[in-house]
Amino acid sequence: MSDVASRPSASPGWLVWTRLLRHRLALASLIFLLVLLVLSLAAPWIADWRGVDSTATDLFRRFEPPSAEHWLGTDDLGRDLFQRLLDGGRVSLLVGISGAFLSAIIGALIGVVAGYLGGRLDAVLMRVTDGVIALPLLPLLIVLAAVDPRKIGVPIEIAQSETFSLYRIVFIVSLTGWTTVARLVRAETLSLKARDFTRAAKALGARPERIMFRHILPNAAGSLVVATTLSIGALVLLESTLSFLGLGTQPPAASWGNMLTGAQELLQQAPVLALLPGLLIFLTVIAFNFLGDGLQDALDPRSERRL
Amino acid sequence: MSRYLASRAVQTAITLALMSFVVYLLIGLMPGDPIDMMIAGDPNMRSEDAARLRAVYGLDKPLLERYAAWAWQALHGNFGYSRTYSQPVLAVLWPRLINTFILAGLAFVVAVAIALPLGIWAASRPRSRVDYLINLLCFGGISTPPFWLALLLITLFSVKLGWLPAGGQADIRPDTPWLSGLGDRLRYLVLPATTLVLVQVGGYTRFMRGAMIEVLRQDYIRTARAKGLPENRVRWGHAFGNALAPVLTILALSFGGLFSGALITETMFAWPGMGKAIYQAILDNDYNLALVGLLIATLATMLGNLLADLAYAWVDPRVSIEQSA
Repeated sequence: MSDVASRPSASPGWLVWTRLLRHRLALASLIFLLVLLVLSLAAPWIADWRGVDSTATDLFRRFEPPSAEHWLGTDDLGRDLFQRLLDGGRVSLLVGISGAFLSAIIGALIGVVAGYLGGRLDAVLMRVTDGVIALPLLPLLIVLAAVDPRKIGVPIEIAQSETFSLYRIVFIVSLTGWTTVARLVRAETLSLKARDFTRAAKALGARPERIMFRHILPNAAGSLVVATTLSIGALVLLESTLSFLGLGTQPPAASWGNMLTGAQELLQQAPVLALLPGLLIFLTVIAFNFLGDGLQDALDPRSERRL
Repeated sequence: MSRYLASRAVQTAITLALMSFVVYLLIGLMPGDPIDMMIAGDPNMRSEDAARLRAVYGLDKPLLERYAAWAWQALHGNFGYSRTYSQPVLAVLWPRLINTFILAGLAFVVAVAIALPLGIWAASRPRSRVDYLINLLCFGGISTPPFWLALLLITLFSVKLGWLPAGGQADIRPDTPWLSGLGDRLRYLVLPATTLVLVQVGGYTRFMRGAMIEVLRQDYIRTARAKGLPENRVRWGHAFGNALAPVLTILALSFGGLFSGALITETMFAWPGMGKAIYQAILDNDYNLALVGLLIATLATMLGNLLADLAYAWVDPRVSIEQSA
């Protein structure tokens, strides 16, 4: 007994972390994603150090094989493929991560308000959520992506800037992600609302906002993290699809999706150009899925062990 | 029951009305208008002509007024003409709806036929090697970009091996009777259907596995086992039916979604279905076609939704439809 008592107590966060480390696939995914993130965030410095410019086209040096100067060779316009992949990774990861965060925030707010306040507001919010789930999302997102920002009064210099197109694609993909989070958080809120600590807080006179944001949401954080991780993967996939169709990230900015736009014709001539971006999308998405799965097991070890 | 159906019908109508309004506005915000496209094809067009044409087509009126006019006509069953096909939109969309139904239906049946047994198998040996492998394959399917998968399949089976056609629906031989052309048509279905199956099957398998594991954990299963029932009877007689209820919901929802969700696959394989028609209409500024196509796709998803709820109540007698109405 004394032995157990003298051991330093592990915090819940530490327990989750150690359980995650035991999940080999999740751990491998985490390492892969971190390496990818660091590399693609450092892309401009890597380009400087290597002395290549990923936007410089050179039509005399198309489809070059890998060399000391161009590590993975060059694409159909003579641009450095390795550098383009890193640039594309930056866009894909940034859009996926910020889109997932945005949808987590929207979903958590709607979910906690609907679940805690209940009544008619709950009914309306959940109807809207169900309605959005029933929409044919892909074609609707395509319509949204095709909207001309100038027609809603965005000045042309802003509308054509790279940052604007980035914000816009983040906004568009986040429209799909929030429904899952909203339902999840609402369900958690309903069960947390009935727990003693929430009722105690209420009895002590805490205002609803305080209960929602200080007592309920932190306790729903675990499943929120899992849902967000999984939705990053889904949103990376969605961004690549829209960009592939020419409606997401606009060239000359590279994204893994738009690097594949012309790949169908290139497959004969330079299969690497079609294989690598797709492979990176696949690996990134599957890594986020494994990580989410591992986190789920780590946060709720009883979920499967009880069998 | 009829009260429930009536309330669902009202909900569907409201959603469709809202949807048509929003989509109408959004399409109005897309770059260019139909007249721009006409001008682009005719060098003799003067700006007065363009203005006159805009007036003829009512494009000079405010968006809200145009929507009201469209909605009034739509309520009378007149959904307008497709600009690119010069045909009533329903006449354009109807054959495409059937094409999508064939492709998506086939892929759906195959995917379900693979996913349910696979999910149950995995659930019967949780944390085993088999479970691990199935899980890995499922994640692989979920994580593959459909357009890239289509690209790989086309390259391998059409370009390199030359076994299967890369796209389209049938060889161009209009005199072939329908039945003898069947084998030919099936060859065109293989690659797009495979793509759709591969991207769907992982999700369904995981749902089936999750639902089955959830049910196998219940007390009445322990009771059944304690009574000494053979494991097969426990699994199929007691667990399967109850695990199926939530899975049916997901399946019905997904099937409805396929009517527009097959967009990528249809586009990649030039399969003349709904998704491709909607996508093309959006790109071509074909207002009426895009709008009505989207509405039909929404209707399909909502019918799937309704079917899901009905199926749930049918499989699980604890759920009463009357109460949820």
